[in-house]
Formats: sequence, structure tokens, C-alpha cells
Amino acid sequence: MKQIVVISGKGGTGKTTMAASLAALAHGMAVVADCDVDAPDLHLILKPRVQETFDFLGLQTALIDPDRCTECGECEKACRFDAISDYQVDPASCEGCKVCTIVCPSEAVAMVDRVSGHAYISETRFGPMVHADLFPGEEASGKLVTMVREISARVAEREEKELIIIDGSPGIGCPVIASITGTDIALVMTEPTISGAHDLERILGVARHFGVEAMVTINKYDLNLEVTGKIEGLCRDLGVEIAGKLPFDPGVVEAMISGKTLVEVEGPVGDAIREVWDRIGAKL
Amino acid sequence: MIISVASGKGGTGKTLVTTNLAASVGEVELVDCDVEEPNSYLFFPRREEEACTDCEVMIPVIDEGMCKRCGRCSEFCAYNALAVFPQQVLLFKELCHGCGGCGLVCPEGAISEGTRAIGKICRARSGDLRLLWGELSVGEPMATPLIRSVKAEAKGDLVLIDSPPGTACPVIEAIRESDFCLLVTEPTPFGLYDLSIAVQVVRGMEIPCGVVVNRAGVGDRGVYDYCKKEEIPILLEIPMKREIAELYSRGLLFSEAMVEWRDEFVQLLGRIEEAAE
Repeated sequence: MKQIVVISGKGGTGKTTMAASLAALAHGMAVVADCDVDAPDLHLILKPRVQETFDFLGLQTALIDPDRCTECGECEKACRFDAISDYQVDPASCEGCKVCTIVCPSEAVAMVDRVSGHAYISETRFGPMVHADLFPGEEASGKLVTMVREISARVAEREEKELIIIDGSPGIGCPVIASITGTDIALVMTEPTISGAHDLERILGVARHFGVEAMVTINKYDLNLEVTGKIEGLCRDLGVEIAGKLPFDPGVVEAMISGKTLVEVEGPVGDAIREVWDRIGAKL
Repeated sequence: MIISVASGKGGTGKTLVTTNLAASVGEVELVDCDVEEPNSYLFFPRREEEACTDCEVMIPVIDEGMCKRCGRCSEFCAYNALAVFPQQVLLFKELCHGCGGCGLVCPEGAISEGTRAIGKICRARSGDLRLLWGELSVGEPMATPLIRSVKAEAKGDLVLIDSPPGTACPVIEAIRESDFCLLVTEPTPFGLYDLSIAVQVVRGMEIPCGVVVNRAGVGDRGVYDYCKKEEIPILLEIPMKREIAELYSRGLLFSEAMVEWRDEFVQLLGRIEEAAE
């Protein structure tokens, strides 16, 4: 079984649009996993019909029993995350370390589980999809990404799919690291802006750090040919293959509004994505 | 006043809005809390007095001579950052949250604390503007301690915070204690869906908010209908113009090239101040 993850340092460079189109091209062969758990958009295109739902238990949270609490303030002093004030725990700041439970002299603090989101196995017009939502403002998005990937691997095995296509999140932090570790190819989306080029260099560093082979797609490449040239140069220097260049096309937004992938509508971007798909296939 | 600029969806124009607002207003501190991919300083190429320092977090230091391999520390650690073997104790430092719990439970007093760098905090000046940004090191998973440290450096009367994308813990850390949160979106189904999650986050934190619609003219009316229904003011619309996108791609501020926009951003600040009351 092979795994492709679509990532980007910079947000809004077309990860989800690409992942949805790859899912369409892989028709029936792949499990699709939306690992952008705190801004998941893939469902807007793939319109999953949920078959199974799982609770996601995030970090535990401390809870102070006011009847036992003697208001000594030891927990507040020991908490490194400023999560306790006025003998109450702010669940948004609590990182579940449990230090308060051991410094409390009157055993007034307990750790409680909390459901921080849900994960789902669904059916789409292109095959199975695993996705999740993290409740707004919750922590441990990396842990939820890992859960989505574990469920995806189970579904792929059960349904004998040879590929998992993962839609990742922007950035380089914990959810991104959880999305790319152990994958076969990271398809990195970028755009020809100085921000895009700057972020590309960092995300390629992350892929290298975790030993994942990267391929780059430049979205809206014709918006600034000079920066596109710089990105191509950077990739050449780093020995990273360019999987494709997608032109700027207002049809992309229209396809999104009608809930279609770019390979289901006519247009230059769909053609360019087919070439990306072929290059990935050759690499795998 | 602290104004944070956030968005659920990435790439909707947070940095575009923050940098142009800062440049138009002048005397302000711009704090880039998108420490995984900080970009705002790139738009101020004439910055001066640039200096960076390490951002350090606490980690345990184990005295192997005193350690009796009892395993209490690894049992206690909620993040699986410690593993006790017969020969040694292994610390997976990227997983450590620096809570200090292992030191408290060690019966031998074999654990003290040290520090390690997870990224850099940078400062610079560009005219009246003070720039602050954090840069997380490649391979580091945890952005929140760095965001906390960068924010702690801001002390001006007017602070603009460029938040990371998403709606998880780094965003909470970035927008915490803001007087107002400006949510930048685009009028597309993705923009709308992620905006609606971001609104739940800021409302949960009881921070007043308003919306900037970027790339206005593309897409559909979903974002406008949603804002009307939820009674969220739309404080500015930036049209979809190739000229704006091209200036941004070259690292230029469109409010400097298209001077009428300077006034628009100054007025935006006025509208924010009004809406925050």
C-alpha cells in the first residue's frame, strides 16, 4: 500500500483542490483521508455519506472539586501553562500534564477525558473517505491526524485499496508532521509569491527531515513567471522534481462552487493535474 | 489595543491585510504569530536593527548516576516523552511540553531542568513600525510556546497580530487577550465553511469580531448571507484584482502602489475601534 500526502507550507495554495482531483483520478483505487482536521474542506467537494462515527479523545483536562479544594494555591503555582486561576481550570489552556494532581495536598484535582472531536468513515462517489472534525479551539490536532491515518490504513486493508491520498494542513508543526511521517510521496503545493517560495523552502526541509520524498506543484504559476523561475531553480538545486505547473483559471472557483473536482470539468487546470497524476504514478 | 487577524482557511489574505493595515496606520507593532511560516517581515525589505534570539523551553535533565530506573517519570509523562531502559533514560525532546512533572515525581531527585531552543524570536524596525516575529525550527512540532514568547515582547499601544491559519491551539494562543479579531475570508464555499468554524472559536473566547472579504467578486454570496444572518459586520472588501495579486507576489504592499487604499486601511482601523466598543 502506498501513501501520498498533499501538503504546503503556505495555506490556500490548492491542497484540497488537488487532493480531491487525485481522488477522482484514483477512482475506486484509493482511500481518501482529510487530515486538515481544523479546517477540513474536502467534504465540500467529495460530499461523503457517513457510515461510521468515532469519538476522538484529546488531551485530558484537570478538574478541581470545589468541595475538597482548600484554596491553598499550590496547583496554580505549579502549573506551567497558566491554566489555573481562582481555583478553577481553564480547559482551553490546560495541556493535561497532571502536575496539579500531584501537588494538591487535598486530592481535589482529577483528570477527566474529553471528547475533542469526531472521526468518520464515509462513502463518496470515488470510494471510501476517512475524515474528522476537531471541535473549535481544541488541542491535539496531531493526535487526531494520527487517528484518521490509522483508520484509513484499516479501511484500505479491509477494502483492498492500494493507495491512500492524504489532504494535509498548512504549516510545518504537529499536524503536518503527523500527516507526512511514513508516507511515500509528499506532493507540495506552492504558488509564485515571495511568501509561497519562502514557505516552500521550509516545508521541503520538513519533508527531508522526516525522510519523505517530495514533489512540487506550482499553482497559478503564470501569476508571476519570475518567482516561478526561482521556485524551479530552488527545486533543481535541491533535487526535487516538479510534478506540474497549474495555470491561473477562474474556472477553479466555479468548480468548487458546483462541488466538482477539476478533472470532472473541462479546463486547462484539469489537464495539468492529469499530468501531475502520471508523474506521481511513475514515481510510485 | 490588540487586534488579531485570523482566518480558518489558509491563504485568504491574513498577511495581506495585516501588513497593509500596519503600513497605512504607521505607528504600530506588527506581531507575526504564524511562527510555522512567518511571512509578514518579507513585505518590509527596508527593515533596520534586526536581531534574533533563541526561544527556549524547559526540558528535564536526568542524572544517570542518581537514577534508579524506577520508571515513575515515564509513567507520569502524559506526552510519552520519556522511556526508561535498564541502561539509560531516553528523552524524546520534541514531545516534551516542559511541565516539570517528571522532576516532581522522581523519588531520587535525579531530574533537574535545562532548556532547549525550538525557534527564534526576531525584532526589527521599519520607519515607525516595529516588527516582531517568531520562526519555529524545522522538525519542531510545538508552535504554542513560541507564539506565547513572541506575544510577550509586544508592548505598544496598538498591536496587530498576524495569526496562523486553522482553528486549533496555535490560533487560540495567538488571538487570546485580543480586543478585536479581524477574520479574513474569501467568498467561496471553502472560505465560508472555515470562517464559520473560526467564528465559533472567537465567540467561545468572547472576542468581538468583524470580517474582511478578500478577492471580492469571485465565488458566490454564501459568506455575505452568513455574515448577515450571524450579524457579523463586514468591515472591508478587497476586490479580486490581478494587480493586487501580482504586487503581493512580488512582496510589495498594494496600499503603497495604489495609494487610495491607504485611506481605506486607515478607515478600517476606525471601523474596528468602533466595532470593538
